[in-house]
Amino acid sequence: MKMLKKPINRTPSQKHGALGIGGIKWLSFPYIIWMIGFIIIPLLVIIYYGLTTKDSHLTLENIALTFNQINLKALRLALELSLISTAICLILAYPLAMILRKSKMKSNSFIVMIIILPMWMNFLLRTIAWQNILERTGIINTILRFLNLPTLNIINTPAAIVLGMVYNFLPFMVLPIYNVLIKIDKDVVAAARDLGANSVQTFMKIILPLSLPGVISGITMVFVPSLTTFVISSILGGSKIVLIGNVIEQQFRIGNWHGGSGLSLVLMLFILISMAILSKYDKEGGGGGLW
Amino acid sequence: MKKLFALSTLLMLTIAVLSACSNKEGEKVFVYNWGEYIDEDVIALFEEETGIQVIYEEFEQNEDMYPKIESGAVNYDVVCPSDYMVQKMIENDLVQEINFDNIPNFKYIDSTYLESASEFDPGNKYSVPYTWGTVGILYNKTKVDEPVDSWDIIFDEKYQGEILMIDSVRDAFAIALKYLGYDLNTTNEAELEEAKALLKKQYPLVQAYVVDQVRDKMIGDEAALGVIYSGEAIYTSRENPNLEYVVPKEGSNVWIDAWVIPKNSKNKENAEAFINFMCDPEIALKNFEYITYSTPNFGAWELIEDEEVKNSPVAFPSQEVLDRCTAYRYLGEEMESNYIQKWNEVKGE
Repeated sequence: MKMLKKPINRTPSQKHGALGIGGIKWLSFPYIIWMIGFIIIPLLVIIYYGLTTKDSHLTLENIALTFNQINLKALRLALELSLISTAICLILAYPLAMILRKSKMKSNSFIVMIIILPMWMNFLLRTIAWQNILERTGIINTILRFLNLPTLNIINTPAAIVLGMVYNFLPFMVLPIYNVLIKIDKDVVAAARDLGANSVQTFMKIILPLSLPGVISGITMVFVPSLTTFVISSILGGSKIVLIGNVIEQQFRIGNWHGGSGLSLVLMLFILISMAILSKYDKEGGGGGLW
Repeated sequence: MKKLFALSTLLMLTIAVLSACSNKEGEKVFVYNWGEYIDEDVIALFEEETGIQVIYEEFEQNEDMYPKIESGAVNYDVVCPSDYMVQKMIENDLVQEINFDNIPNFKYIDSTYLESASEFDPGNKYSVPYTWGTVGILYNKTKVDEPVDSWDIIFDEKYQGEILMIDSVRDAFAIALKYLGYDLNTTNEAELEEAKALLKKQYPLVQAYVVDQVRDKMIGDEAALGVIYSGEAIYTSRENPNLEYVVPKEGSNVWIDAWVIPKNSKNKENAEAFINFMCDPEIALKNFEYITYSTPNFGAWELIEDEEVKNSPVAFPSQEVLDRCTAYRYLGEEMESNYIQKWNEVKGE
């Protein structure tokens, strides 16, 4: 690629460096307000509710709710299903991203577009659509029955929930990996081949390590929403399968904000742990953003 | 630029005119009702007749509505909770007495229902019944070839995967308790444990736990049996003639949804005007025809033209059926969470 060298036009404010930086700082102001109002304060409120009783005494009771047999099971199941979905997403997304990297530019953006396209429609609607597809009298089974094939009975089972998670969160795995892969300099790969590495070695020693930041942000972007979801499990699980997200939602719905917040804190802890583990591998420092 | 100026002038004028309109009348009423629980033409008619502007919001479950009223975040003027929730709101001092002088149409409410309502609102001081019904079994005649008259059938292994159970704590326990021959307002731990064990045994047979979705799933032949509110039954059998509704012989719950005025209402007289309007026989009939939930308004009942509907045992069950049914009472906060805990154990273990 040719670099276009243009003379840089300095505006007066940029000439006076201090003023320019001041201007930029000022621009971040709305974002800071946003962060304080919609991230920091709610977080503090959750911590407050999670650690107090109804008559605002300090307590660990809400946190201890986690060790209730039912909630523990819901948490375990949620961890299990979200790990499975994350693994499936990774297995599906990585080869796809590799193919995209190698394909020509035109068809490339078309495929990316196809992946993003479903996200233009509301997530809830798409999940309800899956319910209609998977139901006993749904689209798949009507076709199977017409062909005299055995029917598929996965609605209201954990398998349906995993399917819903994979379907909804796959783009969040594909895009970061793809973004990192296309940024890998072709010369680096060519150099590896020149120096005698075969394709497996090139992949293992060059491409995979360089794509790790994308993989890690992909894993986070799939694992976290899967772990906390309650919509997918209640729509595709027929409310028969209770995940930790459903438990928390129910606590809030019956007006027990303290219990719900306590459980949310525990869930946050799990997310923090998983992110800490992941960041160990992410030496580049989060190079693979979503977009 | 000229265009922009013209446009903004127009916009400003519109706003001025609009605000002048609402300022002149300025009367509002904030209504908080169940989802799909009114004929929307009725709201327009009310606004036309009284000049009071209606701000209408919806909830899906009593339990969703309660925290909002309790926190006082929004000043609703008219709310439509169910029986036990009305009682809870009265006990927690969240509703105010209604001035019945402003509700002349109250005379159309059948005294039978007022008597039932006095179970949760002693003396009928706080609430005006809006709709009522029972909880029963909706079954698909093509999939069930035996007579359905008992709760027995939704605990029968023969129908594994063909049962849609209701996803609502009180209703689910009411069914189990009635089937076992106990009071559905019981606070007896042993009885509740027994009911829990029964529901747990039912778990593997259940296709899904649903509330609103039961309607479409049954219409779509998705299951053989579903637990449903009687108000939905007219609609479902209209859409799918193979569906039939029955109140099992062991008895069931009879519920009443009633209008109340929250304590922090700022437009009490408008609220009463709204409730009065809802009790008008023609209006009550319009609502009944739209939502198909039984009306306690005998003025409206008399106006029903379709004899089949008028004498429908689903919409207006006989006294003999009602005698088997019991209304819910509010059981106190502790019992409430005990029920919820047990329900979670049914689904979660």
